[in-house]
Amino acid sequence: MLELIVISTLNGVLYGMLLFLMASGLTVIFSMLGVLNFAHASFYMLGAFFGYQISRWTGFWPALLIAPLLAGAIGAAVERFGLRRVHRNGHVAELLFTFGLAFAIEEVVSIIWGKVPVDYRTPALLDFPAFTIFSTNYPAYKMFMLAVSVVIFIGLLVVLKKTRIGLIVQAALTHPHMVAHLGHNVERIFMLVFGVGTALAAVAGVIAGPSLVTQSNMASLLGPILFVVVVVGGLGSLPGAFIASLLIGLLQTFAVSINASPATLFGPLGPDLAASWLNDIWNVTIAQIAPIMPYLLLVLILIFRPMGLLGTRET
Amino acid sequence: MTDLASSVAPPRPTLSDRAKFYGLWIATALVLLLLPKLFASGGSLTTFSLVGISIIFALSYNILLGQTGMLSFGHAVYYGLGGFLAIHTINILGFNKWPIPLPFVPLIGGFAGLFFAALIGWVMTQRSGTAFAMISLGLAELVASSALILRSFFGGEAGISANRTKLFKVFGLSFGPQIQIYYLVAAWTLIAIIAMYALTRTPLGRMCNAVRDNPERVQFVGYDPHVVRYLAFCFSGFFAGIAGALAAINFEIANSAYLGAVQSGTVLFAAYIGGIGFFIGPIVGAIFVTVLSLVLSDLTQVWQLYFGLFFIIVVLFAPGGITGIMMMHRPLLRAGMLTRMLPSYVMAALPTLALCLGLMLMIETTVHYTVNPHEDPNRVAFGIPFNAASPLTWVASAVLIIGGFILAKMAWSRVAQTWDTTLTAARAKVHAL
Repeated sequence: MLELIVISTLNGVLYGMLLFLMASGLTVIFSMLGVLNFAHASFYMLGAFFGYQISRWTGFWPALLIAPLLAGAIGAAVERFGLRRVHRNGHVAELLFTFGLAFAIEEVVSIIWGKVPVDYRTPALLDFPAFTIFSTNYPAYKMFMLAVSVVIFIGLLVVLKKTRIGLIVQAALTHPHMVAHLGHNVERIFMLVFGVGTALAAVAGVIAGPSLVTQSNMASLLGPILFVVVVVGGLGSLPGAFIASLLIGLLQTFAVSINASPATLFGPLGPDLAASWLNDIWNVTIAQIAPIMPYLLLVLILIFRPMGLLGTRET
Repeated sequence: MTDLASSVAPPRPTLSDRAKFYGLWIATALVLLLLPKLFASGGSLTTFSLVGISIIFALSYNILLGQTGMLSFGHAVYYGLGGFLAIHTINILGFNKWPIPLPFVPLIGGFAGLFFAALIGWVMTQRSGTAFAMISLGLAELVASSALILRSFFGGEAGISANRTKLFKVFGLSFGPQIQIYYLVAAWTLIAIIAMYALTRTPLGRMCNAVRDNPERVQFVGYDPHVVRYLAFCFSGFFAGIAGALAAINFEIANSAYLGAVQSGTVLFAAYIGGIGFFIGPIVGAIFVTVLSLVLSDLTQVWQLYFGLFFIIVVLFAPGGITGIMMMHRPLLRAGMLTRMLPSYVMAALPTLALCLGLMLMIETTVHYTVNPHEDPNRVAFGIPFNAASPLTWVASAVLIIGGFILAKMAWSRVAQTWDTTLTAARAKVHAL
């Protein structure tokens, strides 16, 4: 039991930090431009595939640097030539633009790399068990993932809260005109923030690629969960996104390891009920519903706290 | 008060206006009736049925997006649940031999959609805008994933099938042949279009538009925007359920793909490409998207990419959709000045076509190297034969893309100038009269 709790907690925190790495970029972009980037998970996928491709040519470590830069550059270009143009037509048009973009990126990726998972391996340097708990080897690569996520989280907090750049970015969020009058190029700030946000997603992709599966539907699998994180945390709240990421990470990993169903708790249904569709609900294990846990959490949050955990706005 | 009301109320429509209005509906009915006489092949009947279903679905979607301003990424939930309920209804009716004929089954689907929309809608419609979009996506994922867990109701991966011919027969209609299904779909399409059009003319329909444009103001006037959104959501779920039930009847099967993100995305594409600002927009979009996807999938294997790119281009350059572009030209048409635009349109169309051709060549060449690298490099896409291995193809595509882009940019700015001058002239002419 203790083994289960320790391992699940570790995995949950790891997954949660990865989620946060993406959600942070999404949240910062949302608070700035007021648009939720539907294609955010697509940039995570691009990061993973760029990382895979570059690491085949140059090895993992250059890829860890180059792939996010590349994805960030694409992100900046998307903002400059796409979003900025659609901005006049309102938020729905912006959201639709990123929706179409997500669709197109998925198609392009599946054309270039195929629909089956690619062979993206952990670098040899980190391919050893870091430590052993209760006879389970914990791979060093996962510790590395955790370390990268934590470093970026702290780095992001420091940059946003303590530096002059963070000050300008925060001011541009609420008072773009004032910031523009002070001589800053607000449009360029927006573009850079979008680029940095997508680069963050790509970092998550590069480091998650070898550990999770790198394939062309990874964006559509993760995208909705990312939005759940943002809604549950409260729209535009970075600490909220952090809490929600960890919560969902832990919830999902713990759910996977619990093999109980209402039938094991309360006994099987009577023979006349066992044939009906109630039987499905009765026999479904918590492990089976792990994938839908985030959405159930979303429904609960909507009913009991519509503005999200740390959200302040109603819209 | 009565003076005020009479002065504010619009004048009663004249006889010719009313004749035009009812004539339009009668003409639509006649077209629907005569269509299978003109195109009698099995393929075209199937296409017409699919188009009809997608028209109902796209119009129901537009109740949310176009009329009430709610961007939903999970509209397929109500479509799919309607379809599943319809399939189960057909099975139950056929098994028990109850005297209810097939044409009433879509109503069951509609009520299924209505029920689930009423159930889920209250929490969802508390918020609008971006939050609503994400919540609809999350709930759609929830339902779609649950469909794979609840196997005995949703049939798992394989889905649930039914036999539509086993039902109680009226007028000797077995609904086995596609032609009978076509007329069933056509009748329901016409009913649904009229009902949804009527909905836009009711006070509720007007309040929906008000909620879309300015919810605060609606609140000041004394309406609750949440309730208005909720009612619109329920109506939308009802019609989506009808569309889903018709799809289930057409294919005689319902599976989890009915509920999925692809289905939700397709209806969004259809409504937006057609134009969400007009009632007729989603109809145009549904026809266009259904036919385009059938045609494109014959022409190239990566048709979905073209589809996505087309959608992005519409969002970027024509936010009003196809209908929006057509409606833009109405003042010019009235002034009889449409022909003045033609030369500049032709000038712009040529380099744009060259640009598109270059992009297609590039995409198809890439596809040759990535998807099927060991096959014959002499390929045919869109009926154009080309050699993917030849450097000439690459040079041609590069020249077409770069040259086409530069020329198209210049030509389109010319179009914008001509447009401005022509529109000013047209307005001057109309006002002078």
